[in-house]
Amino acid sequence: MSAFSAVRIPFPAVVAARSAGEKPSSPFLCSPAAAPVIHSSPLRSPRLGRPPLAVTSDVLSSQKPLGSNSSPSCQAVISRDEALELYEDMVLGRFFEDMCAQMYYRGKMFGFVHLYNGQEAVSTGFIKLLETRDSVVSTYRDHVHALSKGVPARAVMAELFGKATGCCRGQGGSMHMFSEPHNLLGGFAFIGEGIPVATGAAFSSKYRYEVLKESNRDGLDVTVAFFGDGTCNNGQFLECLNMAQLWKLPIVFVVENNLWAIGMSHLRATSDPEIWKKGPAFGMPGVHVDGMDVLKVREVAVEAIARARNGEGPSLVECETYRFRGHSLADPDELRKADEKSHYAARDPIVGLKKYILEKNLASESELKAIEKKIDDIIEEAVEFADSSPPPPRSQLLENVFADPKGFGIGPDGKYRCEDPKFTEGTAQV
Amino acid sequence: MAAALQTAALLSASHNLIDPQRFRVGLLARSLPGRRGSIFVVRADGRTSGFFNAKSRSGNLITNAVATKADASTSSTASKPGHELLLFEALREGLEEEMDRDPHVCVMGEDVGHYGGSYKVTKGLAPKYGDLRVLDTPIAENSFTGMGIGAAMTGLRPVVEGMNMGFLLLAFNQISNNCGMLHYTSGGQFKIPIVIRGPGGVGRQLGAEHSQRLESYFQSIPGLQLVACSTPYNAKGLMKAAIRSENPVVLFEHVLLYNLKERIPDEEYVLCLEEAEMVRPGGHVTILTYSRMRYHVMQAVKTLVNKGYDPEVIDIRSLKPFDLYTIGNSVKKTHRVLIVEECMRTGGIGSSLRAAIIDNFWDYLDAPILCLSSQDVPTPYAGTLEEWTVVQPAQIVAAVEQLCE
Repeated sequence: MSAFSAVRIPFPAVVAARSAGEKPSSPFLCSPAAAPVIHSSPLRSPRLGRPPLAVTSDVLSSQKPLGSNSSPSCQAVISRDEALELYEDMVLGRFFEDMCAQMYYRGKMFGFVHLYNGQEAVSTGFIKLLETRDSVVSTYRDHVHALSKGVPARAVMAELFGKATGCCRGQGGSMHMFSEPHNLLGGFAFIGEGIPVATGAAFSSKYRYEVLKESNRDGLDVTVAFFGDGTCNNGQFLECLNMAQLWKLPIVFVVENNLWAIGMSHLRATSDPEIWKKGPAFGMPGVHVDGMDVLKVREVAVEAIARARNGEGPSLVECETYRFRGHSLADPDELRKADEKSHYAARDPIVGLKKYILEKNLASESELKAIEKKIDDIIEEAVEFADSSPPPPRSQLLENVFADPKGFGIGPDGKYRCEDPKFTEGTAQV
Repeated sequence: MAAALQTAALLSASHNLIDPQRFRVGLLARSLPGRRGSIFVVRADGRTSGFFNAKSRSGNLITNAVATKADASTSSTASKPGHELLLFEALREGLEEEMDRDPHVCVMGEDVGHYGGSYKVTKGLAPKYGDLRVLDTPIAENSFTGMGIGAAMTGLRPVVEGMNMGFLLLAFNQISNNCGMLHYTSGGQFKIPIVIRGPGGVGRQLGAEHSQRLESYFQSIPGLQLVACSTPYNAKGLMKAAIRSENPVVLFEHVLLYNLKERIPDEEYVLCLEEAEMVRPGGHVTILTYSRMRYHVMQAVKTLVNKGYDPEVIDIRSLKPFDLYTIGNSVKKTHRVLIVEECMRTGGIGSSLRAAIIDNFWDYLDAPILCLSSQDVPTPYAGTLEEWTVVQPAQIVAAVEQLCE
């Protein structure tokens, strides 16, 4: 049973009568037995072609969530290889972020650094299902999204150290992780800014299929956009929900609701804190999932990504998650209560998956320890690499301002500025 | 002649100076400074056509618009008669040619599809190319501009239309943060070959919010190129150049210039984004202008010529970066500069241009640079007030007289 249909619908889905022969579809009724019905419900507006769809999530309806069955007699929902892949990815994210904190306090990286500790289930749960051709768009809390997407740890670390070998040549920094070979489209400092870019990537995917007629047997390229609870009150989010649904773009909107936007509690900032509801308001499925459980996230992600790949359109997935550290390394984190922190610390996604793996006998303790050791080595090597890499030279300052450096214009001598040898050295006046 | 040789030398030397891997400059399309218009025919495969061979070119094409009578200083048209059209049609022709040439070029904006564009620039394109390629967006400038940027990053070449340039203020976040910056912050990994275009400038009693000059707000954004078209000829050429450019380009059109009529060549041509256009060669004073003010300047020039002055008029076209070569050559010849712009006095293109000329050509100036700009007021609705907001030909005449004393 799919996660999307596991949600309990409190009243019958009202499906508008369409033209004869056209099969009405409801994203929530996946089983063929659920025949579309037409009700004259007060909720149905005769003028609207679309039926209002409302769902509650399994978490809210306090149904027993799927995939969390920890009894050893039940079959594991993932294979051993998958489990180890997920474990390794989450451990990589956690260890990397811990190292970032260390390096920051040792003065190796600067500025605003936002760590992802505690939220690994969301990144791993979604990104490990994607192919290289799929795109990921993130926010300033993007180190782990980059790692999950496949950007080497040394490239990310070097970028954080501001070295020329970083994935963005040291020009981006913590909040601007980009990788073209891995289709990581950023890394954005202003919240909400990346969502239109993600929508554009999804538009590109649809365009390639419909206009350029480049078809892939395995479906459209999917874009996954990650952002936080604070962003959900921002206009760009809502505008993009509208456009994505309007054009049925192959995108998944993933809300990492960690309940806090720096020091602003989600409940104090939002009139209706249930973010998943904003999906149906625009006509797309909205699902709430426990973001501390990587298997539950993965289950929902499988469906959301499949929807997008099949051209059925976008989905909004709200992951309830938590960041164990402050908003950034400069945040004293004084406003969050101790009991809230301990509540979520007890639901550490890595500990949870480890428990699951051991209970289902998917791997032994020593194998998991070996993975952790392997990650330790990777991180150490990444730090060494970053440390020993050179900082960008002066000549790099003006590179990459323009894809076509003719954009710097024509100088008084009649030559393009970029033809001046001193230009690349960085000694010419621009 | 020297200019032709210089250009030829430039081209042969270009292969040595530029590392193609790094800069990806296939062929530097440079025009010839001086009297002749800036024309190139750049083929899709990078070769230039016979037009380019400077030594064999006989005539040149009309570079000033029909709004002013062709005066004795311009030569007659070249061999092919060309075809006459209005500026908005020229924009459409350029856009359509590029869309035919490259299926990755697409259009997005409000009412560009079924409505054909609020100024009919995209009329007929949606029936021809489909609703996805000529996309009618909801009213969400910031988001659809961002969407255009995301599409550009992933391989498309979108042309985003602001129904009025002023509406793009809502997209300032995306234009500044993403459009201008992402190529740099990604370390050169993603290019953003987007064109953002739309009508701006002071119209006929459109009110303050529909009469904005965004070039002054955008000029500081690093990573952007700004161009302003003023005639059907350069409108089509700049549109094509902007679409072909790998850089993000903002193309400023003017609400009052859409119905200008001109005869343009039948054969394909692309103009250079970074160049200025010599409108009227002269000797006494250099008048630098762009967009609508070009016509106020040419009107003033008629009076000035009658009074015995010989102004040199340059339409700078490239608002960012400035073509310091054409401008510099002019300053070195006349030693007097007048800038006429429609931006407001504070922080406009004129202020930057003044600074650039002082930095580079101070020794050649015989008089302070005069800059005529619009008043620092929100454009009033009343016709009389609006007229006094922008620079009028009489003020230009007075300024030239003052400069040449």
